[in-house]
Amino acid sequence: MSILINKDTKVLVQGLTGKTGTFHTEQALAYFGTQMVGGIHPKKGGETWTAGEGAGEKAGTELPIFASVAEGKKATGANASVVYVPPAGAAAAIIEAIDAKIPLIICITEGIPVMDMVQVKAKLDKSKSRLIGPNCPGVLTPEECKIGIMPGRIFKKGSVGILSRSGTLTYEAVFQTTNEGLGQSTAVGIGGDPVKGTEFIDMLDLFLDDPETESIIMIGEIGGSAEEDACEWLKEQAANGRKKPMVGFIAGRTAPPGRTMGHAGAVISGGKGGAEDKIKAMEDAGIRVSPSPAQLGKTLVEVLKG
Amino acid sequence: MNIHEYQAKRLLHSYGAPVAAGVAVYSVEQAEEWAQKLPGPLYVVKSQIHAGGRGKGKFKELGEDAKGGVRLANSVEEVVENAREMLGNTLVTKQTGPAGKQVNRLYIEDGADIDRELYLSILIDRTTGRPAFVVSTEGGMDIEAVAEKTPDKITTLPIDPAKGMTEADAKKLNRALKLTKQAAKDGLELFPTLYKAFTEKDMSLLEVNPLIVMKDGHLRVLDAKVSFDNNALFRHDDIVELRDVTEEDDKEIEASKHDLAYVALDGNIGCMVNGAGLAMATMDIIKLYGAEPANFLDVGGGASKEKVTAAFKIITADPNVKGILVNIFGGIMRCDVIAEGVVAAVKEVGLEVPLVVRLEGTNVDQGKAIINESGLNVIAADDLDDAAQKIVAAVEGN
Repeated sequence: MSILINKDTKVLVQGLTGKTGTFHTEQALAYFGTQMVGGIHPKKGGETWTAGEGAGEKAGTELPIFASVAEGKKATGANASVVYVPPAGAAAAIIEAIDAKIPLIICITEGIPVMDMVQVKAKLDKSKSRLIGPNCPGVLTPEECKIGIMPGRIFKKGSVGILSRSGTLTYEAVFQTTNEGLGQSTAVGIGGDPVKGTEFIDMLDLFLDDPETESIIMIGEIGGSAEEDACEWLKEQAANGRKKPMVGFIAGRTAPPGRTMGHAGAVISGGKGGAEDKIKAMEDAGIRVSPSPAQLGKTLVEVLKG
Repeated sequence: MNIHEYQAKRLLHSYGAPVAAGVAVYSVEQAEEWAQKLPGPLYVVKSQIHAGGRGKGKFKELGEDAKGGVRLANSVEEVVENAREMLGNTLVTKQTGPAGKQVNRLYIEDGADIDRELYLSILIDRTTGRPAFVVSTEGGMDIEAVAEKTPDKITTLPIDPAKGMTEADAKKLNRALKLTKQAAKDGLELFPTLYKAFTEKDMSLLEVNPLIVMKDGHLRVLDAKVSFDNNALFRHDDIVELRDVTEEDDKEIEASKHDLAYVALDGNIGCMVNGAGLAMATMDIIKLYGAEPANFLDVGGGASKEKVTAAFKIITADPNVKGILVNIFGGIMRCDVIAEGVVAAVKEVGLEVPLVVRLEGTNVDQGKAIINESGLNVIAADDLDDAAQKIVAAVEGN
């Protein structure tokens, strides 16, 4: 088991024909043969995309290009799409996937205007689709399916669910849990933007339900109150006996107020969104907070020893 | 991106929001010439810098008793006198930091007869993912203080982006602000106007503090602070033209030319990292081991050798930097590319401070080999803890 994606997930690529889309689709094919089933391009419908050497053994794989997501879904039975479309057109691409009733949409694109995401979110709330991102590294279930830009090499099949607002800190957590021999059930990057499709709570809910996930690492950062909200929710769940061992980390303890730290959503504003409040919320919810991002794996091993 | 108060008011006025007559000036001569064209007899002379708290701010060059960055004047002569004191001097407010900001522009405005001061802002509410009004009857003061002491006096109203702002929404704001008669009529026009400006221009913050009810019962935007979503500037050439680079840090301007996310800080350890989260965590860990970071710098996911070289040059150009920590977890970013960029930069600009490099991930062995074979005096580190300890020790050793 895993969450969100597995070996049966069939993925359409919105923005396949660009440089980024091509590179990462080759990497996905090379990763345990992730089922990439087609690409979308409004003007290139009917053409074929061919994987280059980046796909390793899967080099030469041909994927059909469809003019629309709806057409691609109908022809391939896809149940997920990944969006690599550049910022100006990314929101429209997500909305097209929502309209085509794609159950899982993962948007990697960084730099989408917030107002566009406001429109996407309004649309999403009225649909059954789930959006991960934008501005995220994607989702990976080890040895089964890789959607997005995470480096597959550092993963190992195992028991830790990893959930993060940051890409590279996700990799740190993955790498360390691999080195400790624990491995991962699924890793999810929810993204660094202020308005996004999925917050921590939805993913924690899935990880708590997933029998293969025995422990969870949750990585937050400054800005907003999603970590605090998630911790409140975790406390309620724990009160009903629903809990798993967790390690947490919050990036940005030293960030100055009012400055956006790389991620559009990483900003302390109006006295809110600081790291200390989030760390305290995690501790109150029974999460062991690692003081250093280099100690995530070791801290989890300690927690598991009890 | 931030703009000045006078630019914000012009923009809001173009949408139909009521603002006072005013002129922006760069010199004492202009102040004299233009103030005469305002109706008088009361004038307000306001420093134009990208920071709040101007009224209570102090000019570095003037005595403790001198007036702040926003002044009242009862005649054109007084306007000129104030302009002479303010222009070219450095205003320190609680938002500028101790260095302060030089005042190069003034905004001279027609005075207003104030009955009540209110607070209004529009921002993106992250929990609902919608634009939201935040209003309070307690205007003219620090809203963070109001939020802390009397949170019940603040009303937040998210707006459904599919419907846009409705009359019912505007009426709710009228009630929250206790607006009646003429002021309530003005409110029904002003609130949708501000919402339109906010959404059409991709603002990230529109703050009117204070919004005033004048003695004649009308509403007026007395102060305005506007920030824009940097990710949306590509579709607003008119807004980009309002950018005042003299308000920005030179290193940050240089970094933005290379598409690097960089924030200048006060410490002495320069950092170059890939990924925003890891870059923040690197700053944190430097602090954890007892030193202070000189900057936040995210080279991004797919940086080229040239971009890495540019980043390294920006770091070494900061005279406060006494040591450099390069921390890379190569996912998409390849370690050999980072290593080549660092070596090229050092060869070009030299290296006078200790450099610790931690590489992990894609092509790590090639990256390490490039560094080792370069003959540069680089301290290698295995993980982030090790790297932070080594750079802090090296800097303290100097």
